Amino acid sequence: MLVIPCPLCGERPYTEFHYGGDASKRRPALGGAELRAWHDYLFLFDNPKGPHREYWQHHQGCRQWLLVVRNTATNEVGEVILARHAGTGAGAGPGAR
Amino acid sequence: MYRYSLSRLVRHALSDRPWPRAWRQAKPRSHYDVLIIGGGGHGLATAYYLAANHGVQRVAVVERAHIGAGNVGRNTTLVRSNYMMKGNTEFFEFSLQLWEGLSRELNFNVMLSQRGQIVLAHAPAQMDALARRGNIMRLNGIDAELLERAQVRRLLPYLDYSSAARFPVLGGLLQGRAGTVRHDAVAWGYARAADSLGVDIIEGCEVTGFVQDQSGVRGVETNRGRIRADRVAIAVAGHSSQVAALAGLRLPIESHLLQAFVTEPIKPFVNHVISFGAELFYISQSDKGGLVFGGHIDGFNNYTQRGQLPQVRRVAECAVALIPGISRLKLLRHWAGIQDMTPDGGPFICRTPIRHLYLNGGWCYQGFKATPAVGWCLAATIAHDEEHPLVRCYALDRFARGAASLDEYGHGHRPYRH
Ligand SMILES: Cc1cc2nc3c(=O)[nH]c(=O)nc-3n(C[C@H](O)[C@H](O)[C@H](O)COP(=O)(O)OP(=O)(O)OC[C@H]3O[C@@H](n4cnc5c(N)ncnc54)[C@H](O)[C@@H]3O)c2cc1C
Ligand SMILES: [Zn+2]
Repeated sequence: MLVIPCPLCGERPYTEFHYGGDASKRRPALGGAELRAWHDYLFLFDNPKGPHREYWQHHQGCRQWLLVVRNTATNEVGEVILARHAGTGAGAGPGAR
Repeated sequence: MYRYSLSRLVRHALSDRPWPRAWRQAKPRSHYDVLIIGGGGHGLATAYYLAANHGVQRVAVVERAHIGAGNVGRNTTLVRSNYMMKGNTEFFEFSLQLWEGLSRELNFNVMLSQRGQIVLAHAPAQMDALARRGNIMRLNGIDAELLERAQVRRLLPYLDYSSAARFPVLGGLLQGRAGTVRHDAVAWGYARAADSLGVDIIEGCEVTGFVQDQSGVRGVETNRGRIRADRVAIAVAGHSSQVAALAGLRLPIESHLLQAFVTEPIKPFVNHVISFGAELFYISQSDKGGLVFGGHIDGFNNYTQRGQLPQVRRVAECAVALIPGISRLKLLRHWAGIQDMTPDGGPFICRTPIRHLYLNGGWCYQGFKATPAVGWCLAATIAHDEEHPLVRCYALDRFARGAASLDEYGHGHRPYRH
Protein backbone atom coordinates (compact mmCIF):
# COMPACT_ATOMS: atom_id res chain seq x y z
CA MET A 1 0.00 0.00 0.00
CA LEU A 2 1.11 3.54 -0.64
CA VAL A 3 2.49 4.98 2.60
CA ILE A 4 3.28 8.67 2.94
CA PRO A 5 5.78 9.80 5.57
CA CYS A 6 4.17 12.95 6.94
CA PRO A 7 6.87 15.27 8.36
CA LEU A 8 4.62 15.90 11.39
CA CYS A 9 2.84 12.55 11.94
CA GLY A 10 5.20 9.91 10.57
CA GLU A 11 4.39 7.14 8.11
CA ARG A 12 0.66 6.96 7.42
CA PRO A 13 -1.45 5.05 4.85
CA TYR A 14 -2.47 7.13 1.84
CA THR A 15 -6.14 6.73 2.78
CA GLU A 16 -5.61 9.32 5.53
CA PHE A 17 -4.72 11.86 2.87
CA HIS A 18 -6.62 13.80 0.26
CA TYR A 19 -4.92 13.93 -3.12
CA GLY A 20 -4.36 17.43 -4.47
CA GLY A 21 -2.79 16.82 -7.86
CA ASP A 22 0.23 18.07 -9.78
CA ALA A 23 2.30 20.52 -7.73
CA SER A 24 4.68 21.49 -10.50
CA LYS A 25 2.12 23.84 -12.00
CA ARG A 26 2.40 27.56 -11.32
CA ARG A 27 -0.77 29.59 -11.19
CA PRO A 28 -0.48 32.61 -13.53
CA ALA A 29 -0.45 36.02 -11.90
CA LEU A 30 -3.95 37.38 -11.35
CA GLY A 31 -5.06 39.85 -13.97
CA GLY A 32 -2.07 39.95 -16.24
CA ALA A 33 -1.83 36.57 -17.84
CA GLU A 34 -3.11 35.60 -21.26
CA LEU A 35 -6.08 33.24 -21.46
CA ARG A 36 -3.74 30.65 -23.00
CA ALA A 37 -1.61 30.61 -19.83
CA TRP A 38 -4.69 29.99 -17.69
CA HIS A 39 -5.82 27.22 -20.05
CA ASP A 40 -2.45 25.50 -19.81
CA TYR A 41 -2.38 25.89 -16.03
CA LEU A 42 -5.83 24.39 -15.56
CA PHE A 43 -6.08 21.79 -18.28
CA LEU A 44 -2.67 20.53 -19.42
CA PHE A 45 -0.55 17.98 -17.57
CA ASP A 46 3.00 16.71 -17.96
CA ASN A 47 1.65 13.40 -16.62
CA PRO A 48 5.15 11.93 -16.27
CA LYS A 49 5.93 8.22 -15.94
CA GLY A 50 8.50 8.75 -13.22
CA PRO A 51 9.05 11.35 -10.47
CA HIS A 52 5.98 13.55 -9.94
CA ARG A 53 5.67 16.51 -7.58
CA GLU A 54 2.21 16.50 -6.06
CA TYR A 55 0.07 17.78 -3.21
CA TRP A 56 -1.52 15.65 -0.53
CA GLN A 57 -3.44 16.97 2.46
CA HIS A 58 -3.19 14.96 5.66
CA HIS A 59 -6.85 15.55 6.46
CA GLN A 60 -7.10 12.72 8.99
CA GLY A 61 -3.93 13.82 10.76
CA CYS A 62 -2.27 17.20 11.09
CA ARG A 63 -4.39 18.62 8.20
CA GLN A 64 -1.30 20.09 6.59
CA TRP A 65 -0.83 20.26 2.83
CA LEU A 66 2.28 18.32 1.89
CA LEU A 67 4.46 18.40 -1.18
CA VAL A 68 5.36 14.84 -2.08
CA VAL A 69 7.68 13.51 -4.75
CA ARG A 70 6.36 10.13 -5.90
CA ASN A 71 7.48 7.95 -8.76
CA THR A 72 4.34 7.25 -10.80
CA ALA A 73 5.90 4.15 -12.34
CA THR A 74 6.53 2.46 -8.98
CA ASN A 75 4.65 4.53 -6.35
CA GLU A 76 7.95 4.94 -4.50
CA VAL A 77 7.78 8.06 -2.34
CA GLY A 78 10.80 10.34 -2.18
CA GLU A 79 11.01 13.71 -0.50
CA VAL A 80 8.03 14.96 1.54
CA ILE A 81 7.90 18.49 2.92
CA LEU A 82 5.21 20.84 4.15
CA ALA A 83 3.80 22.61 1.12
CA ARG A 84 4.06 25.98 2.78
CA HIS A 85 7.82 25.49 3.00
CA ALA A 86 7.98 24.97 -0.73
CA GLY A 87 7.45 28.61 -1.57
CA THR A 88 3.93 27.95 -2.77
CA GLY A 89 2.45 30.48 -0.39
CA ALA A 90 -0.03 29.80 2.38
CA GLY A 91 -3.32 28.37 1.16
CA ALA A 92 -2.05 27.85 -2.36
CA GLY A 93 -2.71 24.12 -2.36
CA PRO A 94 -5.35 22.92 -4.78
CA GLY A 95 -8.61 22.49 -2.99
CA ALA A 96 -7.86 25.45 -0.73
CA ARG A 97 -11.06 27.46 -0.51
CA MET B 1 -10.57 -14.98 -44.90
CA TYR B 2 -11.10 -18.49 -43.60
CA ARG B 3 -14.74 -17.97 -42.67
CA TYR B 4 -16.17 -19.40 -39.48
CA SER B 5 -19.45 -21.27 -39.87
CA LEU B 6 -21.40 -24.15 -38.43
CA SER B 7 -20.22 -26.56 -41.11
CA ARG B 8 -16.58 -25.55 -40.53
CA LEU B 9 -17.06 -26.07 -36.82
CA VAL B 10 -18.44 -29.57 -37.39
CA ARG B 11 -15.66 -30.45 -39.82
CA HIS B 12 -12.97 -29.32 -37.40
CA ALA B 13 -14.61 -31.15 -34.55
CA LEU B 14 -14.50 -34.40 -36.54
CA SER B 15 -10.89 -34.09 -37.72
CA ASP B 16 -7.57 -33.17 -36.09
CA ARG B 17 -6.94 -30.47 -38.65
CA PRO B 18 -5.93 -27.39 -36.63
CA TRP B 19 -7.68 -24.07 -37.13
CA PRO B 20 -5.55 -21.66 -39.16
CA ARG B 21 -4.04 -18.62 -37.45
CA ALA B 22 -6.58 -15.84 -37.16
CA TRP B 23 -4.12 -13.21 -38.44
CA ARG B 24 -0.68 -13.15 -40.03
CA GLN B 25 2.40 -12.31 -38.03
CA ALA B 26 3.30 -9.27 -40.11
CA LYS B 27 6.75 -7.71 -40.34
CA PRO B 28 6.98 -3.94 -40.65
CA ARG B 29 7.26 -2.65 -44.21
CA SER B 30 9.16 0.55 -44.86
CA HIS B 31 6.14 2.69 -45.72
CA TYR B 32 2.38 2.81 -45.02
CA ASP B 33 -0.49 5.07 -45.97
CA VAL B 34 -1.72 5.02 -42.38
CA LEU B 35 0.04 3.74 -39.27
CA ILE B 36 -1.84 3.28 -36.02
CA ILE B 37 0.03 3.18 -32.73
CA GLY B 38 -1.60 0.76 -30.27
CA GLY B 39 -3.18 -2.61 -30.99
CA GLY B 40 -6.05 -2.39 -28.53
CA GLY B 41 -9.69 -2.48 -29.52
CA HIS B 42 -9.57 1.11 -30.74
CA GLY B 43 -6.49 0.76 -32.93
CA LEU B 44 -7.67 -2.50 -34.48
CA ALA B 45 -11.19 -1.23 -35.13
CA THR B 46 -9.76 1.90 -36.77
CA ALA B 47 -7.55 -0.18 -39.03
CA TYR B 48 -10.49 -2.38 -39.98
CA TYR B 49 -12.77 0.54 -40.92
CA LEU B 50 -9.95 2.33 -42.78
CA ALA B 51 -9.72 -0.71 -45.03
CA ALA B 52 -13.41 -1.68 -45.08
CA ASN B 53 -15.09 1.74 -45.30
CA HIS B 54 -12.45 3.86 -47.00
CA GLY B 55 -10.47 1.38 -49.08
CA VAL B 56 -7.14 2.52 -47.64
CA GLN B 57 -4.64 -0.01 -48.97
CA ARG B 58 -1.55 0.04 -46.80
CA VAL B 59 -2.45 0.19 -43.11
CA ALA B 60 -0.36 -0.94 -40.15
CA VAL B 61 -1.15 -1.36 -36.47
CA VAL B 62 1.94 -1.40 -34.27
CA GLU B 63 1.56 -2.85 -30.79
CA ARG B 64 4.39 -2.91 -28.30
CA ALA B 65 3.12 -6.04 -26.49
CA HIS B 66 0.60 -8.48 -27.97
CA ILE B 67 -2.97 -7.96 -29.14
CA GLY B 68 -5.28 -7.89 -26.13
CA ALA B 69 -2.58 -7.06 -23.57
CA GLY B 70 -3.99 -3.65 -22.82
CA ASN B 71 -7.30 -2.39 -21.53
CA VAL B 72 -9.28 -4.16 -24.24
CA GLY B 73 -8.50 -7.33 -22.29
CA ARG B 74 -8.81 -5.77 -18.84
CA ASN B 75 -12.16 -4.03 -18.84
CA THR B 76 -15.43 -5.14 -17.32
CA THR B 77 -17.09 -5.47 -20.76
CA LEU B 78 -20.10 -3.21 -20.23
CA VAL B 79 -21.74 -1.59 -23.22
CA ARG B 80 -24.58 0.94 -22.97
CA SER B 81 -25.71 4.27 -24.40
CA ASN B 82 -27.38 5.99 -21.45
CA TYR B 83 -25.58 9.29 -21.83
CA MET B 84 -27.31 12.65 -21.59
CA MET B 85 -24.81 15.31 -22.61
CA LYS B 86 -25.17 16.36 -26.22
CA GLY B 87 -22.44 14.72 -28.23
CA ASN B 88 -22.08 11.75 -25.91
CA THR B 89 -25.71 10.72 -26.41
CA GLU B 90 -25.45 10.37 -30.18
CA PHE B 91 -21.93 8.94 -30.21
CA PHE B 92 -22.52 6.15 -27.73
CA GLU B 93 -25.84 5.22 -29.30
CA PHE B 94 -24.12 4.93 -32.67
CA SER B 95 -21.60 2.65 -31.01
CA LEU B 96 -24.31 0.46 -29.51
CA GLN B 97 -25.93 0.14 -32.93
CA LEU B 98 -22.61 -0.99 -34.38
CA TRP B 99 -22.28 -3.56 -31.57
CA GLU B 100 -25.68 -4.94 -32.54
CA GLY B 101 -24.40 -5.93 -35.98
CA LEU B 102 -20.78 -6.62 -35.15
CA SER B 103 -20.64 -10.42 -34.93
CA ARG B 104 -22.07 -10.65 -38.43
CA GLU B 105 -19.86 -7.86 -39.76
CA LEU B 106 -16.67 -9.49 -38.45
CA ASN B 107 -17.74 -13.14 -38.87
CA PHE B 108 -16.65 -13.53 -35.27
CA ASN B 109 -18.99 -14.05 -32.34
CA VAL B 110 -18.34 -11.18 -29.94
CA MET B 111 -21.09 -12.54 -27.70
CA LEU B 112 -23.07 -9.35 -27.29
CA SER B 113 -25.49 -10.02 -24.44
CA GLN B 114 -28.18 -7.34 -24.22
CA ARG B 115 -29.26 -8.28 -20.74
CA GLY B 116 -30.18 -4.73 -19.76
CA GLN B 117 -28.52 -2.29 -17.38
CA ILE B 118 -30.29 -0.84 -14.37
CA VAL B 119 -28.96 2.31 -12.72
CA LEU B 120 -30.36 2.57 -9.21
CA ALA B 121 -31.71 5.59 -7.36
CA HIS B 122 -31.53 5.83 -3.58
CA ALA B 123 -32.90 9.33 -3.07
CA PRO B 124 -35.79 11.31 -4.59
CA ALA B 125 -33.40 13.75 -6.27
CA GLN B 126 -31.68 10.81 -7.88
CA MET B 127 -35.01 9.58 -9.26
CA ASP B 128 -35.52 13.02 -10.79
CA ALA B 129 -32.05 12.91 -12.30
CA LEU B 130 -32.70 9.47 -13.77
CA ALA B 131 -36.05 10.59 -15.17
CA ARG B 132 -34.29 13.49 -16.86
CA ARG B 133 -31.58 11.23 -18.26
CA GLY B 134 -34.18 8.73 -19.48
CA ASN B 135 -36.21 11.50 -21.14
CA ILE B 136 -33.15 12.80 -22.97
CA MET B 137 -32.37 9.29 -24.14
CA ARG B 138 -35.91 8.73 -25.40
CA LEU B 139 -35.95 12.08 -27.18
CA ASN B 140 -32.89 10.79 -29.02
CA GLY B 141 -34.60 7.55 -29.94
CA ILE B 142 -32.74 5.49 -27.34
CA ASP B 143 -34.58 2.94 -25.20
CA ALA B 144 -34.97 3.89 -21.56
CA GLU B 145 -37.51 2.93 -18.93
CA LEU B 146 -37.93 4.50 -15.51
CA LEU B 147 -38.62 1.80 -12.92
CA GLU B 148 -40.35 2.21 -9.59
CA ARG B 149 -39.16 0.39 -6.51
CA ALA B 150 -41.62 -2.48 -6.99
CA GLN B 151 -40.49 -2.99 -10.59
CA VAL B 152 -36.84 -3.02 -9.56
CA ARG B 153 -37.71 -5.50 -6.85
CA ARG B 154 -39.29 -7.85 -9.38
CA LEU B 155 -36.17 -7.75 -11.57
CA LEU B 156 -33.55 -7.67 -8.82
CA PRO B 157 -35.13 -9.47 -5.85
CA TYR B 158 -31.76 -10.00 -4.16
CA LEU B 159 -31.03 -6.32 -3.35
CA ASP B 160 -31.47 -5.06 0.19
CA TYR B 161 -35.12 -3.94 0.50
CA SER B 162 -35.17 -4.15 4.28
CA SER B 163 -35.85 -1.15 6.46
CA ALA B 164 -32.26 -1.43 7.62
CA ALA B 165 -30.87 -0.79 4.13
CA ARG B 166 -28.36 2.04 4.37
CA PHE B 167 -29.24 3.07 0.82
CA PRO B 168 -32.92 2.24 0.21
CA VAL B 169 -33.77 1.44 -3.39
CA LEU B 170 -36.32 3.96 -4.70
CA GLY B 171 -36.23 2.97 -8.33
CA GLY B 172 -33.99 2.84 -11.32
CA LEU B 173 -33.43 3.53 -14.98
CA LEU B 174 -33.38 0.52 -17.29
CA GLN B 175 -31.72 0.45 -20.67
CA GLY B 176 -32.78 -2.90 -22.06
CA ARG B 177 -30.36 -2.86 -24.99
CA ALA B 178 -27.32 -2.37 -22.74
CA GLY B 179 -25.30 -5.36 -21.64
CA THR B 180 -21.93 -7.01 -22.05
CA VAL B 181 -19.62 -8.13 -24.85
CA ARG B 182 -16.81 -10.67 -24.71
CA HIS B 183 -13.85 -8.28 -24.73
CA ASP B 184 -11.12 -10.62 -26.06
CA ALA B 185 -13.34 -11.54 -28.98
CA VAL B 186 -13.53 -7.87 -29.92
CA ALA B 187 -9.75 -7.59 -30.18
CA TRP B 188 -9.39 -10.89 -32.02
CA GLY B 189 -12.40 -10.30 -34.26
CA TYR B 190 -11.23 -6.88 -35.44
CA ALA B 191 -7.64 -8.12 -35.80
CA ARG B 192 -8.72 -11.05 -37.94
CA ALA B 193 -11.07 -8.99 -40.10
CA ALA B 194 -8.53 -6.20 -40.57
CA ASP B 195 -5.81 -8.70 -41.44
CA SER B 196 -8.03 -10.29 -44.06
CA LEU B 197 -8.32 -6.87 -45.74
CA GLY B 198 -4.53 -6.57 -45.87
CA VAL B 199 -3.81 -4.64 -42.67
CA ASP B 200 -0.40 -5.46 -41.15
CA ILE B 201 -0.69 -6.17 -37.43
CA ILE B 202 2.79 -5.86 -35.99
CA GLU B 203 3.12 -7.10 -32.43
CA GLY B 204 6.18 -6.56 -30.24
CA CYS B 205 6.82 -3.20 -31.87
CA GLU B 206 7.07 -0.16 -29.59
CA VAL B 207 6.96 3.38 -30.90
CA THR B 208 9.85 5.35 -29.41
CA GLY B 209 9.73 8.54 -31.45
CA PHE B 210 8.26 10.35 -34.44
CA VAL B 211 9.76 11.22 -37.79
CA GLN B 212 8.82 14.85 -38.40
CA ASP B 213 9.62 17.61 -40.84
CA GLN B 214 8.10 21.03 -41.68
CA SER B 215 5.06 19.37 -43.20
CA GLY B 216 4.30 17.38 -40.05
CA VAL B 217 4.63 13.78 -39.02
CA ARG B 218 6.15 11.45 -41.63
CA GLY B 219 6.48 8.24 -39.68
CA VAL B 220 7.61 6.67 -36.42
CA GLU B 221 10.76 5.31 -34.85
CA THR B 222 10.32 1.91 -33.23
CA ASN B 223 12.40 -0.75 -31.52
CA ARG B 224 12.22 -2.51 -34.89
CA GLY B 225 13.42 0.44 -36.91
CA ARG B 226 11.96 3.44 -38.68
CA ILE B 227 8.57 3.05 -40.35
CA ARG B 228 7.41 5.81 -42.69
CA ALA B 229 3.74 6.66 -42.94
CA ASP B 230 1.70 9.43 -44.55
CA ARG B 231 -0.63 9.59 -41.57
CA VAL B 232 -0.17 8.41 -38.00
CA ALA B 233 -2.79 7.93 -35.29
CA ILE B 234 -2.21 7.52 -31.55
CA ALA B 235 -4.54 4.97 -29.89
CA VAL B 236 -2.61 3.86 -26.83
CA ALA B 237 -5.23 4.12 -24.03
CA GLY B 238 -3.48 5.01 -20.72
CA HIS B 239 -0.26 6.10 -22.40
CA SER B 240 -1.52 8.93 -24.63
CA SER B 241 0.54 11.56 -22.79
CA GLN B 242 3.69 9.45 -23.08
CA VAL B 243 3.37 8.89 -26.81
CA ALA B 244 2.14 12.43 -27.59
CA ALA B 245 5.14 13.81 -25.69
CA LEU B 246 7.40 12.05 -28.21
CA ALA B 247 5.89 14.40 -30.78
CA GLY B 248 6.22 17.40 -28.49
CA LEU B 249 2.53 17.59 -27.50
CA ARG B 250 1.24 18.20 -23.98
CA LEU B 251 -2.30 16.88 -23.42
CA PRO B 252 -5.23 17.56 -21.07
CA ILE B 253 -4.79 14.04 -19.66
CA GLU B 254 -3.61 12.34 -16.49
CA SER B 255 -3.04 8.56 -16.33
CA HIS B 256 -4.89 6.75 -13.58
CA LEU B 257 -5.32 3.21 -12.39
CA LEU B 258 -8.66 1.39 -12.44
CA GLN B 259 -9.17 -2.00 -10.83
CA ALA B 260 -11.60 -4.76 -11.69
CA PHE B 261 -12.67 -7.82 -9.76
CA VAL B 262 -14.15 -11.25 -10.32
CA THR B 263 -15.51 -13.67 -7.73
CA GLU B 264 -15.53 -17.44 -7.75
CA PRO B 265 -18.18 -18.74 -10.17
CA ILE B 266 -21.73 -19.34 -8.97
CA LYS B 267 -24.97 -20.38 -10.67
CA PRO B 268 -26.84 -17.74 -12.70
CA PHE B 269 -27.87 -15.07 -10.22
CA VAL B 270 -27.26 -11.53 -11.44
CA ASN B 271 -29.08 -11.42 -14.77
CA HIS B 272 -28.54 -7.73 -15.54
CA VAL B 273 -25.83 -5.15 -15.29
CA ILE B 274 -26.49 -3.15 -12.14
CA SER B 275 -25.07 0.25 -11.27
CA PHE B 276 -25.22 1.31 -7.64
CA GLY B 277 -26.53 4.82 -7.15
CA ALA B 278 -24.77 5.52 -3.87
CA GLU B 279 -21.24 5.06 -5.16
CA LEU B 280 -19.52 4.42 -8.45
CA PHE B 281 -19.95 0.64 -8.46
CA TYR B 282 -21.31 -1.74 -11.06
CA ILE B 283 -21.71 -5.48 -11.25
CA SER B 284 -22.65 -8.20 -13.73
CA GLN B 285 -22.21 -11.95 -13.99
CA SER B 286 -19.94 -13.51 -16.59
CA ASP B 287 -20.90 -16.51 -18.68
CA LYS B 288 -18.51 -18.55 -16.55
CA GLY B 289 -20.49 -17.56 -13.45
CA GLY B 290 -18.11 -15.14 -11.76
CA LEU B 291 -19.50 -11.84 -10.56
CA VAL B 292 -17.53 -9.12 -12.33
CA PHE B 293 -17.43 -5.70 -10.75
CA GLY B 294 -15.55 -2.46 -10.48
CA GLY B 295 -15.60 0.95 -8.84
CA HIS B 296 -13.60 4.16 -8.79
CA ILE B 297 -10.06 4.75 -9.97
CA ASP B 298 -7.48 4.55 -7.18
CA GLY B 299 -7.47 8.33 -7.10
CA PHE B 300 -3.90 9.46 -7.79
CA ASN B 301 -2.21 9.34 -11.17
CA ASN B 302 0.09 6.39 -11.70
CA TYR B 303 1.28 3.82 -14.21
CA THR B 304 1.93 0.88 -11.88
CA GLN B 305 -0.93 -1.33 -13.09
CA ARG B 306 -1.06 -2.67 -9.53
CA GLY B 307 -4.10 -1.61 -7.50
CA GLN B 308 -4.15 -0.42 -3.91
CA LEU B 309 -5.70 -2.71 -1.28
CA PRO B 310 -7.89 -0.10 0.43
CA GLN B 311 -9.67 0.26 -2.90
CA VAL B 312 -10.33 -3.49 -2.96
CA ARG B 313 -12.01 -3.14 0.39
CA ARG B 314 -14.02 -0.12 -0.67
CA VAL B 315 -15.33 -1.87 -3.74
CA ALA B 316 -16.11 -5.03 -1.76
CA GLU B 317 -18.07 -2.90 0.71
CA CYS B 318 -20.11 -1.50 -2.16
CA ALA B 319 -20.80 -5.02 -3.40
CA VAL B 320 -22.10 -6.15 -0.04
CA ALA B 321 -24.06 -2.95 0.60
CA LEU B 322 -25.83 -3.51 -2.70
CA ILE B 323 -26.25 -7.31 -2.55
CA PRO B 324 -25.87 -8.54 1.04
CA GLY B 325 -26.28 -12.16 -0.10
CA ILE B 326 -22.86 -12.26 -1.75
CA SER B 327 -20.87 -11.41 1.36
CA ARG B 328 -19.46 -14.94 1.66
CA LEU B 329 -18.24 -15.15 -1.94
CA LYS B 330 -14.50 -15.25 -2.45
CA LEU B 331 -12.73 -12.87 -4.77
CA LEU B 332 -10.96 -14.94 -7.37
CA ARG B 333 -8.87 -12.27 -9.07
CA HIS B 334 -8.39 -8.56 -9.24
CA TRP B 335 -6.35 -6.65 -11.75
CA ALA B 336 -5.81 -3.14 -12.99
CA GLY B 337 -5.45 -1.10 -16.13
CA ILE B 338 -4.05 2.36 -16.77
CA GLN B 339 -6.50 4.76 -18.30
CA ASP B 340 -6.38 8.37 -19.43
CA MET B 341 -8.47 10.73 -17.32
CA THR B 342 -9.51 14.13 -18.70
CA PRO B 343 -10.72 17.45 -17.27
CA ASP B 344 -14.33 16.85 -18.36
CA GLY B 345 -14.49 13.06 -18.43
CA GLY B 346 -14.78 13.12 -22.21
CA PRO B 347 -12.41 11.65 -24.80
CA PHE B 348 -10.46 13.06 -27.74
CA ILE B 349 -10.93 11.85 -31.32
CA CYS B 350 -9.36 14.49 -33.49
CA ARG B 351 -6.61 15.97 -35.55
CA THR B 352 -3.77 17.47 -33.51
CA PRO B 353 -1.79 20.70 -33.92
CA ILE B 354 0.80 18.56 -35.78
CA ARG B 355 -0.13 17.80 -39.40
CA HIS B 356 -0.83 14.16 -40.26
CA LEU B 357 -0.97 13.20 -36.57
CA TYR B 358 -4.32 12.10 -35.14
CA LEU B 359 -5.28 11.40 -31.55
CA ASN B 360 -7.71 8.99 -29.96
CA GLY B 361 -7.38 9.08 -26.19
CA GLY B 362 -8.75 10.37 -22.92
CA TRP B 363 -11.20 7.50 -22.61
CA CYS B 364 -11.58 7.51 -18.82
CA TYR B 365 -13.85 4.63 -17.77
CA GLN B 366 -15.77 4.32 -20.97
CA GLY B 367 -13.65 3.31 -23.92
CA PHE B 368 -14.68 -0.30 -24.37
CA LYS B 369 -18.31 0.40 -25.22
CA ALA B 370 -17.05 3.04 -27.63
CA THR B 371 -14.77 0.69 -29.56
CA PRO B 372 -16.78 0.26 -32.79
CA ALA B 373 -17.70 3.95 -32.99
CA VAL B 374 -14.12 5.01 -32.24
CA GLY B 375 -12.90 2.83 -35.09
CA TRP B 376 -15.60 4.07 -37.45
CA CYS B 377 -15.17 7.77 -36.66
CA LEU B 378 -11.38 7.83 -36.29
CA ALA B 379 -11.03 6.01 -39.61
CA ALA B 380 -13.25 8.64 -41.25
CA THR B 381 -11.32 11.46 -39.54
CA ILE B 382 -8.02 10.10 -40.85
CA ALA B 383 -9.33 9.29 -44.33
CA HIS B 384 -10.85 12.77 -44.85
CA ASP B 385 -8.37 14.69 -42.67
CA GLU B 386 -11.39 16.22 -40.98
CA GLU B 387 -13.34 15.18 -37.88
CA HIS B 388 -16.33 12.90 -38.45
CA PRO B 389 -19.50 14.85 -37.47
CA LEU B 390 -20.13 12.55 -34.48
CA VAL B 391 -16.76 13.38 -32.89
CA ARG B 392 -16.58 17.15 -33.41
CA CYS B 393 -17.40 17.51 -29.72
CA TYR B 394 -14.27 15.50 -28.84
CA ALA B 395 -11.73 18.04 -30.11
CA LEU B 396 -8.47 18.68 -28.30
CA ASP B 397 -9.01 22.44 -28.16
CA ARG B 398 -12.48 22.35 -26.58
CA PHE B 399 -11.24 23.72 -23.24
CA ALA B 400 -9.47 26.61 -24.92
CA ARG B 401 -12.64 27.42 -26.88
CA GLY B 402 -14.85 27.16 -23.82
CA ALA B 403 -16.74 24.41 -25.63
CA ALA B 404 -16.26 21.59 -23.16
CA SER B 405 -19.71 20.44 -22.12
CA LEU B 406 -19.37 16.69 -21.80
CA ASP B 407 -19.16 16.47 -18.00
CA GLU B 408 -22.04 14.02 -17.37
CA TYR B 409 -21.92 14.35 -13.58
CA GLY B 410 -20.59 17.86 -13.05
CA HIS B 411 -17.36 16.80 -11.38
CA GLY B 412 -15.35 19.81 -12.50
CA HIS B 413 -11.97 20.11 -14.12
CA ARG B 414 -9.77 17.78 -12.04
CA PRO B 415 -9.16 14.56 -14.00
CA TYR B 416 -9.03 12.43 -10.86
CA ARG B 417 -12.53 13.56 -9.88
CA HIS B 418 -14.22 11.96 -12.86
C1 LIG C 1 -10.36 -2.18 -15.09
C2 LIG C 1 -11.01 -1.49 -16.25
C3 LIG C 1 -12.37 -1.67 -16.49
C4 LIG C 1 -13.00 -1.05 -17.57
N1 LIG C 1 -14.32 -1.30 -17.79
C5 LIG C 1 -14.93 -0.75 -18.87
C6 LIG C 1 -16.30 -1.05 -19.16
O1 LIG C 1 -16.95 -1.85 -18.45
N2 LIG C 1 -16.88 -0.44 -20.22
C7 LIG C 1 -16.20 0.42 -21.01
O2 LIG C 1 -16.78 0.95 -21.95
N3 LIG C 1 -14.89 0.70 -20.79
C8 LIG C 1 -14.24 0.13 -19.74
N4 LIG C 1 -12.91 0.41 -19.51
C9 LIG C 1 -12.18 1.31 -20.42
C10 LIG C 1 -11.71 0.58 -21.68
O3 LIG C 1 -11.15 -0.66 -21.35
C11 LIG C 1 -10.68 1.43 -22.42
O4 LIG C 1 -11.12 2.76 -22.54
C12 LIG C 1 -10.39 0.91 -23.83
O5 LIG C 1 -10.13 -0.47 -23.83
C13 LIG C 1 -9.20 1.66 -24.40
O6 LIG C 1 -9.00 1.42 -25.77
P1 LIG C 1 -8.13 0.21 -26.32
O7 LIG C 1 -8.94 -1.03 -26.28
O8 LIG C 1 -7.63 0.57 -27.64
O9 LIG C 1 -6.93 0.15 -25.24
P2 LIG C 1 -5.76 -0.90 -25.04
O10 LIG C 1 -6.22 -2.29 -25.20
O11 LIG C 1 -5.08 -0.55 -23.75
O12 LIG C 1 -4.80 -0.58 -26.28
C14 LIG C 1 -3.75 0.36 -26.27
C15 LIG C 1 -2.50 -0.36 -26.69
O13 LIG C 1 -1.45 0.57 -26.96
C16 LIG C 1 -0.24 -0.09 -26.70
N5 LIG C 1 0.84 0.89 -26.59
C17 LIG C 1 1.04 1.79 -25.60
N6 LIG C 1 2.16 2.51 -25.85
C18 LIG C 1 2.65 2.06 -27.03
C19 LIG C 1 3.79 2.41 -27.81
N7 LIG C 1 4.65 3.38 -27.43
N8 LIG C 1 4.01 1.73 -28.98
C20 LIG C 1 3.16 0.75 -29.37
N9 LIG C 1 2.06 0.38 -28.67
C21 LIG C 1 1.83 1.03 -27.51
C22 LIG C 1 -0.52 -0.85 -25.42
O14 LIG C 1 0.39 -1.92 -25.24
C23 LIG C 1 -1.96 -1.31 -25.62
O15 LIG C 1 -2.06 -2.64 -26.08
C24 LIG C 1 -12.25 -0.19 -18.43
C25 LIG C 1 -10.89 0.00 -18.18
C26 LIG C 1 -10.25 -0.65 -17.12
C27 LIG C 1 -8.78 -0.44 -16.90
ZN1 LIG D 1 0.32 14.77 9.24
